[in-house]
Amino acid sequence: MSQHTIGLIGRKVGMTQVFQPDGTMVAVSVVEVTPNTVTRLRTPERDGYTAVQLGAGERRRLTKPVAGQLRDLPRVRTIREFRLDAVDGYTVGQQLSVGEVFAEGELVDVTGVSKGQGFAGTVKRHHFKRGPKTHGSDNYRKPGSIGPGTTPGRVYKGLRMGGHMGSERVTIKKLRVVRVDAERNLILVKGSVPGAPGALTFVKKA
Amino acid sequence: MNVLNEIVADQLRTDLPAIVPGDTVKVSAKVVEGNRERIQVFEGLVMRVRNSGIATTITVRRIASGVGVERTFKLHSPRIEKIEVVRHGEVRRAKLYFLRDRVGKAATTLRERR
Repeated sequence: MSQHTIGLIGRKVGMTQVFQPDGTMVAVSVVEVTPNTVTRLRTPERDGYTAVQLGAGERRRLTKPVAGQLRDLPRVRTIREFRLDAVDGYTVGQQLSVGEVFAEGELVDVTGVSKGQGFAGTVKRHHFKRGPKTHGSDNYRKPGSIGPGTTPGRVYKGLRMGGHMGSERVTIKKLRVVRVDAERNLILVKGSVPGAPGALTFVKKA
Repeated sequence: MNVLNEIVADQLRTDLPAIVPGDTVKVSAKVVEGNRERIQVFEGLVMRVRNSGIATTITVRRIASGVGVERTFKLHSPRIEKIEVVRHGEVRRAKLYFLRDRVGKAATTLRERR
């Protein structure tokens, strides 16, 4: 199987639950994927690699370079490329909607920027165990020892400590597509998806 | 939030009676036994209602063979055939957890409402 697959640009709407035909309930993330426009094709001859460039959303004012590229195409807000093995079947200006690209039961990878958590301690950031809350303990959420003493006289690189958490690009792989709502331009995937509601999200075939 | 409600709108059931804590209900739920499907009726007191849109649940408590049994049903589940309200009990709180401490007749009967 090829690792280069088509994806689409969308926005996270939020989460809910839906019943399956067998009566079980699943938690789903809803991603709104308005039709994407193919804004450019990347070919090995010209660009040295193969990809489709897609645009989504709407923007009133474009920067001149972007306006120059888009010309008569819709004034898209976001432009992203998805690497492919071949661009056959794609033409500039073509509209790609959720219903055409994804089908129920497929597996997808969803990429987004996770919610920022600010400066987080080791318990939250690296799932360290916390100390006892009572019995005279003052070791509530401390990281504990961070290494040996005089030898080597420094802290090893890469040691897990507190620090900034979240606001990073995260990909959740192999999420099952529970439903594709072509009418409302929505895709429902099982499980959670990075980011806050309204966040830019990329859904790609796994 | 609007879009999220639209998605589940067609799965919401409108054929169910209004159910409040204190009601005695008969819940007909589909159960699969081996490869056969049949309907099982569970009758008891509604101990709590957890309103949560499509995920709304009710917890029904009954005394079966001297043992208290509580079952939680997803109200909008397609696995529920029907729900009948047998009687309305008079209660003064939303969650009837005090029923768990009751024994005998007091555990299964409440004063009738109205």
